[in-house]
Amino acid sequence: MSKKLELIVLAIILIFAVQFIYMSSTTDAEYGGADGQAEDVINEITGGTYEPNAEPFWEPPSGEIESLLFGLQAAIGAGVIGYFLGYYRAKSRYKKDLGYKDKSNSDGDRQSL
Amino acid sequence: MHIMEGFLPTPWWQAWFAVSIPVILYGIHKMNRLVNEKREILPLLAVAGAFIFVLSSLKLPSVTGSCSHPTGTGIAAIIFGPAISAVLGTIVLLYQALFLAHGGFTTLGANVFSMGIVGPVAVYLVYKAGMKTKLNFYAVVFLATAFGDWATYVTTSVELALAYPAGGALTFAGFMSSFGKFAAVFAITQLPLAIMEGAVSALLFKYVVNVKSDILVEMKVLEDAVVRKLRGTSA
Repeated sequence: MSKKLELIVLAIILIFAVQFIYMSSTTDAEYGGADGQAEDVINEITGGTYEPNAEPFWEPPSGEIESLLFGLQAAIGAGVIGYFLGYYRAKSRYKKDLGYKDKSNSDGDRQSL
Repeated sequence: MHIMEGFLPTPWWQAWFAVSIPVILYGIHKMNRLVNEKREILPLLAVAGAFIFVLSSLKLPSVTGSCSHPTGTGIAAIIFGPAISAVLGTIVLLYQALFLAHGGFTTLGANVFSMGIVGPVAVYLVYKAGMKTKLNFYAVVFLATAFGDWATYVTTSVELALAYPAGGALTFAGFMSSFGKFAAVFAITQLPLAIMEGAVSALLFKYVVNVKSDILVEMKVLEDAVVRKLRGTSA
């Protein structure tokens, strides 16, 4: 199987990783969330007069709990992707392999049933 | 791209709900029909939804020294179209509003519009246009998903600029001034992340083509000839 696409993707990720390591060690960038920065822009435009018209029902009580729930979200997604891609992969593999042996095996299958 | 709970004033949060709800309802209808007609697509639907789950939970550092996350809606948009992607995006946004205080219930309409509707529509249009050219399939997936990611964040900037025009009253100049400020936060941060999202989406698509290309042909995502060519070169 050609791995060209994998190599290109790996190269892109590496460039970002190196860039990040370099930037984070040479500058004092905070790496805060862009969503939070938007709040600052809103305060700047309105002169800090805007009062949020709703509050979140529930907030993660700490950064640890928040990363737990983010990690859970990623884990659920990754599990589902891995499960089904593996299922499809095995299915097409068995179809191909059993397809070869179909003629010799079908009798044996019938007897064993 | 999450507009935080309470940060869209009346009438904007209601307006975005009014736009998003019909699309979600149409998406649910389309999804039900699809699942009833072709039960065998369920696993692929789950994979597309799960990809949104994974990617939107990863907050990545960008060159601007701030963090943001990809959207992951590209796979769903290409295989199932924008309406079904809107439904899947809504599920993820609900999870984040409920458990993470990211986004919110009042701002859900606006967030669904940017991540679940405009992003996927952009992906879908770029994909359809790209497949008419002679470009490599994975290159088209890359371009479409990267552009969709970016379009999502530009939309968030538009939504915020409409709600918070400079000077208070909604004039074109005030809108543009605010849009510039929000876009500086979102659109610039997002450029490199969109490239990452495009690359990873193209890679996942390769695995889907490898193991389950017959469904892609059936869903009219790819033509048979293209699949044979891709598997010939990558198998």
